[in-house]
Amino acid sequence: MSRKPDFKYILSQIHGAENLLNCYACGTCTAGCPVRALDERYNPRKIIRMVILGRTEILAGDEIWLCTSCYTCQERCPQDVKITDLIVALRNLAVAEGHLPPGIAMQSKFVAEFGRLYELSDFDNKKREKLGLPVLQISFKEVAQVFPEHSKSKDKETEK
Amino acid sequence: MNDRYALFLGCTIPARGRNYEMSARQVARRLDVEFVDIAEFCCCGFPVKSTFQKTALVLAGRNLALAEQRGLDICALCSACASSLAESAHQLNHNEELRNEINMELANFGLNYNGKTNVYHFTRILYEFVGLDKIKASITRELNGFRFAAHYGCHYLKPSEYFGRFDSPERPRSLDALIEATGAEAVQYQDKLQCCGGSVLAVDENLAFQMAGDKLSRLKQEGVDALISICPFCTVMYDDNQKKIESVIEKELGIPVLYLTQLFGLAMGLGGKELGLQMNKVKTRTLLERIESGEAIRSG
Repeated sequence: MSRKPDFKYILSQIHGAENLLNCYACGTCTAGCPVRALDERYNPRKIIRMVILGRTEILAGDEIWLCTSCYTCQERCPQDVKITDLIVALRNLAVAEGHLPPGIAMQSKFVAEFGRLYELSDFDNKKREKLGLPVLQISFKEVAQVFPEHSKSKDKETEK
Repeated sequence: MNDRYALFLGCTIPARGRNYEMSARQVARRLDVEFVDIAEFCCCGFPVKSTFQKTALVLAGRNLALAEQRGLDICALCSACASSLAESAHQLNHNEELRNEINMELANFGLNYNGKTNVYHFTRILYEFVGLDKIKASITRELNGFRFAAHYGCHYLKPSEYFGRFDSPERPRSLDALIEATGAEAVQYQDKLQCCGGSVLAVDENLAFQMAGDKLSRLKQEGVDALISICPFCTVMYDDNQKKIESVIEKELGIPVLYLTQLFGLAMGLGGKELGLQMNKVKTRTLLERIESGEAIRSG
């Protein structure tokens, strides 16, 4: 078990996590969470507690990747903790430390490479023309340039 | 009222949701909403937010800048795009320091963003700007007697602070009201606001299918004629993946999933082909036949 007492201060500097310290652990987030209703692994209240206690192992685990970003918790939080955004901030930190599920890594890779989540070809544009739909740009060479350097070198995957 | 928008398609619609695009264009034309196409639009940034949120903001800023160049606000068909672009616009339009930082990156694309673009979901435009009266006046085939279930999904209304709270995120009415404008019943059902689970599909497929399966099972009990979607990502879950979901939850479903724009098109008297109904994965033929046979009018 690793403890890093200033973890909460580091995190609250990241966009979305600013109100983290407002949390008084009421559990409204967990009570309304649709993922929690089906899967005990995910518990937003516990994730916030772990952050406040400096338990950085949360970054290497699966839990933070189970949020569907439905924003139910964020809408309901009486303390204005942006919980969904806080999970994004945690994921960004996790990625910077090399932890991310292969499926998520793939999404970023596709967007960097194709400018979209799915590659579109000339064939797709031909199909569009046939349906009377306008042709779309299919190559975005500059998009890869706005991804951070460390994302380009290799496909980082978690050890699991 | 501004009735001219840059149409934002995003990633999923050109690849897997041409039926949404076709029907949205048909409906917009009939309601005097003009779409301007910008071929250079790229991903909205949402799929990248979890890994690099600054990059996501740059991609959003790129799209906002392209619309701004043409003096247009954005109309998004996908809820994830609407939410991601609206949140980014909110950040960039009100924070000059952040905008300057992002503009340094936008120079890669030869672009600069001045913070002028607003972002709306097409469903909001229909509800708030076009209005129910005009929609009702455009309907030539009332769908009385049909029962449809609204699926709001998550990002159409949330985070509500970026959407001006035009509808309640907890007790929304807009999509129900739009369905009712066709003469059909908007079925009230438990877990109406339940998330489709699409965002965890890449991490835990079984969990995602359980989430979508819960809602579809509930709708099976309710005996609805179709689920009405306003997001291509939700449709991928409920329509494209319905067969897989049936095998995961070991239940037969067979629930048609229509885009709101397809429903409107049918109520405006358009044919299934013009609305791309043949591209829907769960067969809609029986429903279409019932609508075309005038069953709706007779029972109403």
